[in-house]
Amino acid sequence: MDEKIKSPLIRLEKRSKSALHPAAAWGIRLGSILFALLLGCVAILLSGNNPIKAYATMINGAVGNKVYLQQTVKKAVPLLGCALAIAPCFKMRFWNIGAEGQITAGALAATFVARLLTGKLPSLPLLLLMALAAMLLGGVWGLIPGFFKARWNTNETLFTLMMNYIIIGVVAWLQAGPWEAQQGRIAQFDVSAQLPKVAVVHCGWIIVLALVLFIHVYMRYTKHGYEISVIGDSMRTAQYAGMNVGRIMMRTMFLSGAVSGLVGFIVCAGANHTLAKEIAGGVGFTSITVAWLSQLNAFAMVAISMMLGILTKGADTLQTMMNIPVAISDIITGLLLFCMLGSEFFINYHLILRRRGGKGGRAK
Amino acid sequence: MEKNCYAIELRGITKRFGPVTANDSIDLGLRRGEILALLGENGSGKTTLMNMLAGIYLPDEGEILAEGRPISIHSPKDAYAHGIGMIHQHYKLVDVFTAAENIVLGLENEKKLDIKKANARVREICGRYGFEIDPEKKVYNMSVSEKQTVEIVKVLYRGAEILILDEPTAVLTPQETERLFAVLRNMRQDGKAVVIITHKLGEVMAISDKVAVLRKGKYIGTVATAQTSPQALTDMMVGRSVKLNIDRPLNENQSPRLQVENLSCIDHEHVKKLDGVSFTAMGGEILGVAGIAGSGQKELLEAIAGLYPVAEGSIRYYPPEGGEQELVGQSPMQIRRRGVSLAFIPEDRLGMGLVGSMGMTGNMLLRSWKRGRLPFVRRKEPQALAKKVYDDLEVVTPGLEFPVRKLSGGNVQKVLVGREIASSPNVLMTAYAVRGLDINTSYTIYNLMTEQKMKGVAVIFVGEDLDVLLELCDRILVLCGGKLSGIVDARSATKEQIGLMMTSVGGKEET
Repeated sequence: MDEKIKSPLIRLEKRSKSALHPAAAWGIRLGSILFALLLGCVAILLSGNNPIKAYATMINGAVGNKVYLQQTVKKAVPLLGCALAIAPCFKMRFWNIGAEGQITAGALAATFVARLLTGKLPSLPLLLLMALAAMLLGGVWGLIPGFFKARWNTNETLFTLMMNYIIIGVVAWLQAGPWEAQQGRIAQFDVSAQLPKVAVVHCGWIIVLALVLFIHVYMRYTKHGYEISVIGDSMRTAQYAGMNVGRIMMRTMFLSGAVSGLVGFIVCAGANHTLAKEIAGGVGFTSITVAWLSQLNAFAMVAISMMLGILTKGADTLQTMMNIPVAISDIITGLLLFCMLGSEFFINYHLILRRRGGKGGRAK
Repeated sequence: MEKNCYAIELRGITKRFGPVTANDSIDLGLRRGEILALLGENGSGKTTLMNMLAGIYLPDEGEILAEGRPISIHSPKDAYAHGIGMIHQHYKLVDVFTAAENIVLGLENEKKLDIKKANARVREICGRYGFEIDPEKKVYNMSVSEKQTVEIVKVLYRGAEILILDEPTAVLTPQETERLFAVLRNMRQDGKAVVIITHKLGEVMAISDKVAVLRKGKYIGTVATAQTSPQALTDMMVGRSVKLNIDRPLNENQSPRLQVENLSCIDHEHVKKLDGVSFTAMGGEILGVAGIAGSGQKELLEAIAGLYPVAEGSIRYYPPEGGEQELVGQSPMQIRRRGVSLAFIPEDRLGMGLVGSMGMTGNMLLRSWKRGRLPFVRRKEPQALAKKVYDDLEVVTPGLEFPVRKLSGGNVQKVLVGREIASSPNVLMTAYAVRGLDINTSYTIYNLMTEQKMKGVAVIFVGEDLDVLLELCDRILVLCGGKLSGIVDARSATKEQIGLMMTSVGGKEET
């Protein structure tokens, strides 16, 4: 008889944006990192090690001295560059997950130019030509799915993903065939085709920092950036405003591919000094996380990619110094990404616990 | 059961969505053999309240009583168990099923589906209340009104004693509305309790026994229909007396501005959306466009704006300075570049007319972003324009950079209308310009349209409320199934006349 209206134990409610102070949002994000590190402790404990010592080793191994720091930066540079590359696509809601292939395409083109012109040109023009070729091929590799999407509305996610395998296959063939030097490897670049070092790290970091500024200005202050934002919000509105959506899509994909191609050039001419099919090494995918975590903000990408650089380098050290299996450091990386992405949920929603007496109350 | 017991009663029902209180401590009672009209403007909480009876939402506070006993409704299934059935605004039918198949869909109590028996029962229900429906007809062959009938029969089939209809007449012609009302009266006779959600006063007066009025989530009161008047109800709805008639001055100085000839459009499924439509829009008049939803209104406006492919015909624009421009085959950008000053307020404000994630400035930029030789956008002028629209139209927003998506419907529309009018157009097209707006904002919009007309602008006003069209426009163009049904003088035409033209081309019964 006495049936009362019951509300569920926990309810979710969308926060009104004005209610959450930006500082509180960053507090939640920071909290999620701490939470992930705590969870990581459990993993380390299970492997029979001291978590505090392990974390100390990680930090020390990533930024403890010049050499370590240099290696960390080396890991962060392509991540940052690639996150910058995909930012315009994601702003447009064009889900380009083909950065991996666009990097590889860029590296392939740079290697081609290096093999063709080494010894015939001085270092600077050679490097410039390599960069240009890398941007061109990377751009074309991005343009192809862009063209098909604009023309026939194909699914860009599948298309860009498949394009990765094609170009990686091409490199694998070159590596084991026409360009093979020894044991399935391509010969090292001549010194004239290597990026010079600035402050102990190859100068790619300067290029990438310049890109940060470029992408920031491009997205915020240019007509192109405005067009991209409008399309990302509503394609119908863009058409209504007289924008040629297809052309803008293709242009943006070319730009994105070109920047990824430039990253490919930086990796092969700066870090590896050769081409291999693993040249992108998952950067194209991890950078999606970087772009997403930084909410497509170019400056935040610097911090996030640096953090991921520290994490991966620290994990390497952990493995060599404490003999902790690499799987454990992968677990820690995974936990961190999971918690950081998950924290966005709590920034947008808050939980309401059921109060006694059937009324809904607010959780902290 | 004693006579004074309510079939269903709400006591102190409160529902909140985040910071918004949609229903604030509402009391309501409904007896058998009674039709209750739930009246209120858009956003006053009518649908939310009824959704709590239908098991869609749970109330935060308060209780629901059936025949004097408290009940709790957790799901639509619970609602049916208590004899409550709701007919929603958007129908939920399977297109490829027949009427009867849709009606029995989801019923669990029968072990084996006996479609013959179901058909028979559907026919029996139809006969009892005066529905006209063939149980074996497929839904995709049905008109909107037939689909609605299926939804109502579905609810009756499940044994509902209390029926809730959410804006049932929004998609119906006047004739179909009459037929629906006859059915509802039969139900009342049969001892059912009916709630009809509406914001149309004429219908309230025509069908209901009593009226409950909500305003901004609050319960204002219940009155017997026989003892009230449309004016009194309007006062309850909006809180104070507003003038119901719209000012309609005549602009003597009219000249052809837009000439559409034999215009046909075909959509990607090869359906003819517009079929040989011809008319002339004059500068200095408001040309209303009436028709049942989906009769080609959207396609007509978009074709003129260069956003919908034209299969056949011509659209000629005559600038006040003289000359002639053909618009067919031009992209929106080309139309603008050629100096055709056309403003378009589309139906889907945030999805087509505005960028929801941007502030007012970013949205003003939508018309001027291409200006200047440099690759950078110039924000100064749009910012000044945003400020002007903010001041002139009294837009309520925390700031010019505050995302317009988070503004209320009326303010969103003000931003859009403000921008389009600021471009000082010669042709102004609007689609459902007052949909979802409160009465005050609606009148602001009507006044702006009239102001534009007096300036010599050719205003094309696609509307759904015939009363408004008849009071606001100079002429009304009626579309029926993509064909031009006729153009009438709004000063002399009647609602019935237009209603007839909406259902059959030229107002003659189809043979």
